[in-house]
Amino acid sequence: MSHPETAKRGMHLAEFGMLMAIIGTLLHHEIVTYTWILAGLAVGSVVGLAMGLWVPMTAMPQRTALSHAFGAFAAALVGISEYFRHGGHLGKIEMSALGFEVMFGSLTTTGSLLAFAKLQGLVRGTPMTYRGQNIFNMGLLGVTVVIFIYLIFVPGSMPLFFTMAGLAFIFGILLVMPIGSADMPVVMSLLNSYAGLASAATGFVLSNNVLIIAGTLDGFSGFILSILMCRAMNRSLTNVLFGAFGSAATAEGGADHQGSMREVGLEDIATQLAYANKVVFVPGYGLATAQAQHAVRELADALEKRGVTVKYGIHPVAGRMPGHMNVLLAEANVPYSSLYELEQINPEFPTTDVSVVIGANDVVNPDARDNPTSPIAGMPILEVDRSKSVVVLKRGQGRGFSGLENPLFFKPVTGMLYGDAKDTLTRLVQAVQHA
Amino acid sequence: MTGHTLIAALYVFALAAFLGYQVISRVPPLLHTPLMSATNAISGISLVGSIVTAGASYNTVSTILGFIAVVCSTTNVVGGFVITDRMLKMFKRKEIAKKE
Repeated sequence: MSHPETAKRGMHLAEFGMLMAIIGTLLHHEIVTYTWILAGLAVGSVVGLAMGLWVPMTAMPQRTALSHAFGAFAAALVGISEYFRHGGHLGKIEMSALGFEVMFGSLTTTGSLLAFAKLQGLVRGTPMTYRGQNIFNMGLLGVTVVIFIYLIFVPGSMPLFFTMAGLAFIFGILLVMPIGSADMPVVMSLLNSYAGLASAATGFVLSNNVLIIAGTLDGFSGFILSILMCRAMNRSLTNVLFGAFGSAATAEGGADHQGSMREVGLEDIATQLAYANKVVFVPGYGLATAQAQHAVRELADALEKRGVTVKYGIHPVAGRMPGHMNVLLAEANVPYSSLYELEQINPEFPTTDVSVVIGANDVVNPDARDNPTSPIAGMPILEVDRSKSVVVLKRGQGRGFSGLENPLFFKPVTGMLYGDAKDTLTRLVQAVQHA
Repeated sequence: MTGHTLIAALYVFALAAFLGYQVISRVPPLLHTPLMSATNAISGISLVGSIVTAGASYNTVSTILGFIAVVCSTTNVVGGFVITDRMLKMFKRKEIAKKE
């Protein structure tokens, strides 16, 4: 998967491999009746196909969260069923693996479901915290682990087993509760990782090498992505999981900003863009919510027709999951050669005539670079404030998901263009064509 | 699982971990989202375990749990691959995208 071209081939290989694995399993000697299997396969395929074909790209994060929930749930169920089957006669090793499987599977299931709810807007996106939350969570986790260890030595205590599973389910919810929307990319990768680890544990329990390999690959993939996301935000993993980012922001307050935000007119911006040499678009989650990805591509096309160089600066944690912006823009037919990563695009800002920030906030907040007391201090940002001119497309004067003031909006180089992004961009296209 | 089997399993685990690290660290951020959906599909390999559970007629509870697990895993596998395919189809080069 190192390159979009070879990725497709790789995927076909993977699909074929999976098919072989499944067929091989169906011929397993322990299988007595096929009715349930076929029924399950049929139902699952229908649901999977439906989800795969009809989910819009903008709902990708939600769908991914649901998928984690399904995968983890399957692992947890297999674990519970195995326990049921063997009763209390499991060896220490098997019990350990099974315990892992059920614990990880359970907490990932509920955690992912809550992540789905937050992303879908069914539940508040702001962090839900209460005093002593971390201690309570740790305590709950401690109790669960103690039960787990006890079960390894005394596997027969069924009520304890189910208590452990139940606690794990609850822990999943509690773990994801304090995560703010902006930290979602990290949590998503982590849940991806846990679902994989649960599958790997299943492999240990069932002595199935394929499961171990697949689960480990998945687990590692998620884990590496999580680390990458954390590095991109310059916060440690523990900070993200237990730092309740939102509450930290209100405690700090940030610096009080003098000055006001300068509002600009659409026609002026259109002229600026039309006569620029180089324009960089910086998309954020706002682009996704406004569904403005096609509009921004149309604007880019109109500008390129006039000989303007157009590039896109993609921050690694822009959006709600890793690669969110890339997929969104790809859906709008933006060629991926126009998408630039942080390290590539930052040196270009001083020579950029106009940077257009669309629904992005924290990823372009200069406080991360200039203000050591800011909650986002140290996080690498897209340095749009170094360009010759900045236009920020925003719905209103609100503070965005993190609740932080953004001094970029107050800088003299910045102009604010309020309104719905899709609407604004479409009108800009027309204005540029007539400039 | 005997001690011997455990060691073999741990060996497989270690190999897979190494392989995983090598492969995944080469995936560019551009492809991170398809990577997530692909690994979701692969995690549907738990379908393998679910199938055995559902089909072996151990007892009613196991069969029902196994059935649910099969549904969940199959959804992941099918959905995961379909979505990854959709995403990868969208990544076009500039020359192909620009037709004027």
